[in-house]
Amino acid sequence: MTIVFISDDAQALACGADAVAAAFEKAGCTVERVSSWGMFWLEPLVEIGGLGYGPVRVEDVEGILTRHAELVSASTPHPSSSATIEAWTLERQSPTVKQVQGDDLCVGSLEHHPFIARQQRHSFARAGKTRPLSLVDYTATGGWTGLDRARSMAPADVVAEVTASGLRGRGGAGFPAGIKWKTVLEAKGTTKYIVCNADEGDSATFADRMMMEGDPFHLLEGMAIAAHAVGAGEGYVYVRSEYPHAIAKLNAAIALAAEKLAPFRVEVRVGAGAYVCGEETSLLNSIEGKRAEVRAKPPLPALEGLFGCPTVVNNVLTLAAIPHIMAEGGASRYAELGMGRSKGTMPIQLAGNIKHGGLFETAFGITLNELIHDIGGGTASGRPVKAVQVGGPLGAYIHPDQFDLPFDYEAYSVADALIGHGGITVFDDSADMGAMARFAFEFCAAESCGKCTPCRIGSTRGVELIDRILGSGKTAPDSVEALPQMHNARKAGRSRDEEFQLLEDLCETMQFGSLCALGGFTPYPVRSALKHWPEDFGQAGSAQ
Amino acid sequence: MDGDQLHDIIAGHQGRKGALLPMLHAIQHEFGCIDAKAEAEVAKALNLSRAEVHGVVSFYHDFTPAPDPRPMIELCRAEACKARGVEAIAPAAEAAAGERVNLKTVYCLGLCATGPNARVGDTLHSRLDEAALLSLVQSA
Repeated sequence: MTIVFISDDAQALACGADAVAAAFEKAGCTVERVSSWGMFWLEPLVEIGGLGYGPVRVEDVEGILTRHAELVSASTPHPSSSATIEAWTLERQSPTVKQVQGDDLCVGSLEHHPFIARQQRHSFARAGKTRPLSLVDYTATGGWTGLDRARSMAPADVVAEVTASGLRGRGGAGFPAGIKWKTVLEAKGTTKYIVCNADEGDSATFADRMMMEGDPFHLLEGMAIAAHAVGAGEGYVYVRSEYPHAIAKLNAAIALAAEKLAPFRVEVRVGAGAYVCGEETSLLNSIEGKRAEVRAKPPLPALEGLFGCPTVVNNVLTLAAIPHIMAEGGASRYAELGMGRSKGTMPIQLAGNIKHGGLFETAFGITLNELIHDIGGGTASGRPVKAVQVGGPLGAYIHPDQFDLPFDYEAYSVADALIGHGGITVFDDSADMGAMARFAFEFCAAESCGKCTPCRIGSTRGVELIDRILGSGKTAPDSVEALPQMHNARKAGRSRDEEFQLLEDLCETMQFGSLCALGGFTPYPVRSALKHWPEDFGQAGSAQ
Repeated sequence: MDGDQLHDIIAGHQGRKGALLPMLHAIQHEFGCIDAKAEAEVAKALNLSRAEVHGVVSFYHDFTPAPDPRPMIELCRAEACKARGVEAIAPAAEAAAGERVNLKTVYCLGLCATGPNARVGDTLHSRLDEAALLSLVQSA
């Protein structure tokens, strides 16, 4: 009986994996549904005996089985039909599988595929290889060793190791995780919480979703270690409602692992379509059942967080890095990776108009040139790259001239850009950067929580302003503005220079006057688009 | 809106910490909306004012004050899908949807390497071109 591995990740399902799986079952194969390798251009990706085939359509199934029989008879013994994870791992790593030359149907050995072999997968070590809800697979691949070791240690020692690893928050702000944990550990109070921020709303990001769907026990292990380290009894995973598959997988995983996690208890809370809930204080308000308005800081959530209690709020990827760090010697191995103050690995997400889009976990320091051209293969459309946006809708647009920038929190900050959650959207030369700048304001207006004025009103004024600059907005005062009692309203239209000056003022007000990153970072995509592509705003020379 | 059913939903969540959002999700799921009557009942059960509950209902995109019987297709129009050409195929889909289908814009379904993407219920669709999106709209 041939064992066929097909992912049940939402991305694979969206590309038709269920129908392909059914076709293989009909052809007499045993189909195991595993997590995704993160090579999304190949989905639905099918793995047989360590060899990958993709993207597979239902009508390809017969041809693949024939082709596979030819390939293995030529080079390897017939793939084992043994149903253990150990046997599968051996098969994937076998040198004979590595030698198989791919063709238009077969991509060769997945384990040795350049996209995989170039990565340093720690958080995503199991991606593509294990059944997401199998405790047997999880334990056999080193699961729970970090938790067992952490629980044999004093909480303060666990916090010290996390601090020593240099791990920084992967949600975007890059705050050292160990320092946050230390604050919660030392905070007074008997009730403390662990909150996992899984409100992954940035366009171009899907690593949280992949982790929750593909390796949910790994995330829960990280949360349980955090709970032990700070003395928390309960935890919440706040997942956006756009991720129904992740919610289902997490709920199932929590039920399966409840005994192992005890006395720590975890509950999934589902968002309701508000992007701003990715901001930690609005997320806490949302769990509490309030409007998800941002809270002013201080007080820090570490001291007064969920229900007023000391709370660790960490991103999925931060918590998912923890089990590896807490394994024997893991902290020092982690700290050896990366560059400067950006330690360890970052699961980078290659998205948008890119040929080889997917998840690429690697140590900090990699350049955009490597990511976009060497690894990503350039644009999917085959046209030249015009711009990339790093860090989601609030991240700066980066010009190809800057593609030697190393992936590092500080280097990006110096270049007026941000790493954010590690999402990279590639645009080809058909992109209209004026329209993208307008969209940045439009998105901010749609998702603003409304608490602070620069974001709530500034975003709408920004849309109007860009419309005027692009020549489609109104320039004359409207009937209200024209009234004599509207003393401060402008009675005459502005010149183009005045419009650009106003845009600059607006960006400055939003950047420094907003309560959180939504209003505060919206100027990044706007200013960078204007700076690098003034021609898309009808400006010949430098606009600023 | 069936009163007994509403009471059952409210009672099922009442003891939880931060019960309001799970409660509202359950009501929206069951009745397709959260109307004034439901807001009042929820407020009473959680010892909140109706204004507080209404404030929460109106804040979140997922909650609606009145049911929309039309079939719904959520089309992602965020950056990664824009980079893959969603804006070029959206007008035809909007025209085909007309008033019959609720073609709703969402920002990101997390499938950003293979867009344009859409969601119908819990079923996801990726690598959409104009024909595929049109057929989704027509069969909705």
